Amino acid sequence: MNAFLKWYYRLGAPNYFYPLAGKLAPWFATGFFLLLLPGLYMGLVTAPADYQQGDSFRIIYVHVPAAWMSMFVYAAMAVAAVIALVWRVRMAEIMIISSIPIGASFTLIALATGALWGKPMWGAWWVWDARLTSELILLFIYLGIFALYNAIEDKRTAGRAMSLLTLVGVVNLPIIHYSVIWWNTLHQAATVSKFDTPSIHVDMLIPLLIMAAAFQFLFLWVLMLKMRANLLEQDVANGWVKKIIWQKQGKLEQK
Amino acid sequence: MAEFFNMGGYGFYVWGSFGITAIVLVMNVLQPILQHRQALREADDFYSEESL
Repeated sequence: MNAFLKWYYRLGAPNYFYPLAGKLAPWFATGFFLLLLPGLYMGLVTAPADYQQGDSFRIIYVHVPAAWMSMFVYAAMAVAAVIALVWRVRMAEIMIISSIPIGASFTLIALATGALWGKPMWGAWWVWDARLTSELILLFIYLGIFALYNAIEDKRTAGRAMSLLTLVGVVNLPIIHYSVIWWNTLHQAATVSKFDTPSIHVDMLIPLLIMAAAFQFLFLWVLMLKMRANLLEQDVANGWVKKIIWQKQGKLEQK
Repeated sequence: MAEFFNMGGYGFYVWGSFGITAIVLVMNVLQPILQHRQALREADDFYSEESL
């Protein structure tokens, strides 16, 4: 436990985290591609066509993982927000601001692929269904948090404000999840994430789970890249960056 | 093969979905790489001027 705590504290130090993230990134990228290829092949080729929706159901393999990730990324940001507010950990703030582009992107993908699925199946690109509306609100929350952080000059003050707003926005997550139950409108209810046997055939389910795992790795990969970029950008005048640059310029012995 | 791309008549919707997803995700990988490169260049300049 002591060793774990020590490691946890070190994660908060940029001079430890920056090179660590650089080492981890290619592994997350490898995990992503190793899952993506079989996921795409099984989803687009080997999974049987749906008996009602035909081949249009294959949109599920990007739509559902993206929608899950849009909520997962936000939940991860909320955990970081608690850490940032309670223990004043700057790295948690960097994690939140670095997660926003990929989180908002997953939300956008869920909405766009939903429209492309809705048109042939429902006859409309968009309806003001509760699930669609609450997911659209999630996109606006992502954008709002991003704008707030960038509107405040001092990045520690910005980080606290952003963390608070992130926690307020958590209210929307259960609304998205239960929207299909509370408001029985057009969007179908859960088929996988329910306390029952998933009502989807295993040949269709497996590629879905593989794609979801692939998107998890993609999130971690992009997060590592983005946190490194943000840290370096914010800390130009800081000692740890100076050391890296001096090593690069040959003014310090490479370690 | 043509049948595969046709997707039972839903080709536009299926490939449109996978296409949009691919474009957005590729941008998410490229943007931080470019941002990191730019930040590295700026830091490099910052410490070059300082040493003069």
